[in-house]
Amino acid sequence: MVPVNDLQEMYRDMVTARHYEERLQEEYLEGKQPAFDISAGPIPGELHLAAGHEASGAGVCQHLRDDDTVTAPHRPHHIAIAKGVDLKRMTAEIFGRENGLGKGKGGHMHLFDPEAGFACSGIIAEGCPPAAGAGLAAKKRNTDSVGVAFLGEGAIDQGAFLESLNFAAVHDLPVVFVIEDNDWAISMPKERITDVQNGAKRADGFEMPGVRVDEDDAVAVYEAAGEAIGRARDRNGPTVMEIQVHRRMGHFMGDPESYRPEEDQAAAQQRDSIERLEDDLRAHGIDDATIEDLRDEAHSAVEAAIEWAKSQPEPDPEDAYEDMWVNPPSGVTDSEPDYDLAGGDD
Amino acid sequence: MSKQTQQIDRDLTMSRAMVEAIADEMRDNEEVFYMGEDVADYGGIFDSTEGLRDEFGYDRVMDVPISETAYLGAAVGAAQEGMRPIAELMFVDFFGVAMDQIYNQMAKNTYMSGGNVSVPMVLTAAVGGTYNDAAQHSQTLYGTFAHVPGMKVVVPSTAYDAKGLMHNAVRDDDPVVYMFHKRLMGIGWLPAPDGPKTPVPEEDYTIPFGSADIKREGEDATIVTLGLHVHRALDAAETLAEDGISAEVVDLRSLVPLDTETIVKSVEKTGNLVVVDEDYRSYGVTGEIVASVADESLAALDAVERVALPDVPIPYSRPLEQEVVPDAEDIAAAVERTQ
Repeated sequence: MVPVNDLQEMYRDMVTARHYEERLQEEYLEGKQPAFDISAGPIPGELHLAAGHEASGAGVCQHLRDDDTVTAPHRPHHIAIAKGVDLKRMTAEIFGRENGLGKGKGGHMHLFDPEAGFACSGIIAEGCPPAAGAGLAAKKRNTDSVGVAFLGEGAIDQGAFLESLNFAAVHDLPVVFVIEDNDWAISMPKERITDVQNGAKRADGFEMPGVRVDEDDAVAVYEAAGEAIGRARDRNGPTVMEIQVHRRMGHFMGDPESYRPEEDQAAAQQRDSIERLEDDLRAHGIDDATIEDLRDEAHSAVEAAIEWAKSQPEPDPEDAYEDMWVNPPSGVTDSEPDYDLAGGDD
Repeated sequence: MSKQTQQIDRDLTMSRAMVEAIADEMRDNEEVFYMGEDVADYGGIFDSTEGLRDEFGYDRVMDVPISETAYLGAAVGAAQEGMRPIAELMFVDFFGVAMDQIYNQMAKNTYMSGGNVSVPMVLTAAVGGTYNDAAQHSQTLYGTFAHVPGMKVVVPSTAYDAKGLMHNAVRDDDPVVYMFHKRLMGIGWLPAPDGPKTPVPEEDYTIPFGSADIKREGEDATIVTLGLHVHRALDAAETLAEDGISAEVVDLRSLVPLDTETIVKSVEKTGNLVVVDEDYRSYGVTGEIVASVADESLAALDAVERVALPDVPIPYSRPLEQEVVPDAEDIAAAVERTQ
C-alpha cells in the first residue's frame, strides 16, 4: 500500500515535469520560426524533453533523500524535478543565465545541484560509474545513502554501464541502475540494436536482482524502486531496474521523427502515466478539488521558474574564463620549500 | 578549387558532396560499408548518410548499438580482414568512449606489425560548435586526433573538397579520420554560411592529403586555418581588404600529413603568420603550425598570432560561447596586430 502522501507528491512532481517540458518546448521554439535554426531563440542548442518519462523519475526519487546521489543522462528534467533540484536555478541554466545552476556554462544536459544530490551528463551511460562512486563513498563512510544512475535503454550496450554493474556487484555497493525504456535510441528501435528486449536481464550475468516494470505506472515504479533502494540502504547490494516509459516528443526539439511510424507516436500519446495516477489518487479517496490544487501548484511553480529565469541577466562574456579551477593553477601552494638537497655529512 | 579547369554548373551542399563520394565508392566496391548510430533510417544526424540506406539497404548502411568501442573496434577488425569500412562517431566528443580502439589499435597496428597489417578504414566524425551545444557536444578536437601517429586526419571546408577528400579517404589503405564540421554541412536546422556550398563535378576525383589550398591570395599576412574557420578567415580578409590589408587564406584540408611547404611559401611572401583554430589553444594546431614554420623558415617570420579557443571547456550560454569561439572580428584583429 502506497502512503497517500507519497502518491500526492509523485503526482505533483509528474505534473510539474510534464508542464515544464511543454512550456520549455514553447519557449524553445520562440525565435525558431518560420525557419528552424537550432542556435536561435531564447533557449539555443539541443533540447531533449522527457514528456512521457515522468513515472520513472517520480516513482524512484520518492524514496530518495537529499544525501542520496542521482546521475541522469541527456534527458534529465523530470528526474531533476523529482530529486528536488532548485527549479528556478535549473531553468535559468537552461536559458543560459548568470544565476543558473552552472552560471550558464553547463546547459540543459549538464545540470549540477550538489545540495540536491543531482548531476547529469550528455554522454550515454557515463553517469553509471559516478553513481557507483557515490555508493562506494557511502560504503566507505558507513552511511546508508545510495547512488542511483538513470540511463536510457539505448545505453545498456555501453561499456560504462556493463563495467559499472560488475564494479557495483563485486564491491556490493548501494547502487540502483534505472533503465528508462522509451523504445527508441534516437531513430533506432531497440529490437534492431540490442540483443535482449528486457534490459533488466543484464543483471543476471552479474548475479544481482533485475526487475522490469512493464508499464509506465508510477505506483508500480514506486513499489519496485522501494524494494531496490531499500536493498541498497540495507547493504544488500545493487539492483538493475528497467521501466517502460514512452517518448511523447522527438529525441530532440527539431527532430523530424520521419523514421517513426505514426501509430507508434499515437500509442505513446495514449499511455499517460499522469492520468493513471489521477485514477489511483481518486481510488485513495483524494477528491478532484485536491487534484486540481496539486495541478495548479505545479503549474504555478513552473510559470514562476520560467518567469524568474527570463528576468535574470545573461553572463558577462568574461565569465567564460572563470571556474576553471578550485585551487589556483599552482595547487595549494605557490612556493616551494627551500631544502638543501646537496646530501649528507659525507 | 584552384585545380578546376572545366566549368561546373552544379552546386552541392557539403553533406551531399560527401554522401555522393561514399555512394560512388560503395557502388564500385562491395567491400565498402558504413556503420554508425542513426545512419540508416535517419540518414545521419548531420546528413552524413542521407539516402544511402535507400540504395544500399541495412546490410551496408548499418545502424549499430550505442557501443563505440565495439563498432569502431569492429571496423578496425574488418579493415584488417581487407574490407573497407567507414565508421562514424556521431559527435567527435564521444571519442573518449572508444579511445583505445582509435589510439592503440587503429592507429598503431600497421606500425607495430612492421607493415604486415593494414587498416584501410575511414573514421568519420562531426565536429564543431557555434550553436550552443555546450562542453560535451561542441568540440573540434583536431589536435587530439592529429597528435598520435598513425592516423591521416582530413578536414574539408567546402563541398568540392569534401567529395575529393572522401574519395581519397576510402581508397587509402591507412586509417583516415574525416572530420566534418556540423555548421558547414547544409543541414536544414543548422544553417550554413554561404561558402561551403560550391560547384562539384559529377565524376569522381581525388584530392591528395597534404595539399593545402590557398582559398584567397594576399600579400600582407598569411592566415592558416581549417574547417569552419576558413570561411570566417575569408570574411575577415574581406573586411581587411577594405582597410588596405591583403590577407592570404590557407586552408590546410589535412592535418596529417601537413602541407608545410605551402604554408612556409606563403609566410615567406607575407612575413606574417596568423593561425586560426576552433580547437583548444594549448598543445594543439596553432602551436604546431607556428613551430613548423619556425623550424623551416624562422627568419621569414616578422609577426605571429594565434587565434584559438582559450583553454576552457566550451560554455553553453550564447554570450559565453561567442566569447571563446573565434569569429571574423577576432581574426581581423589578429591580422591587424601583425601589421
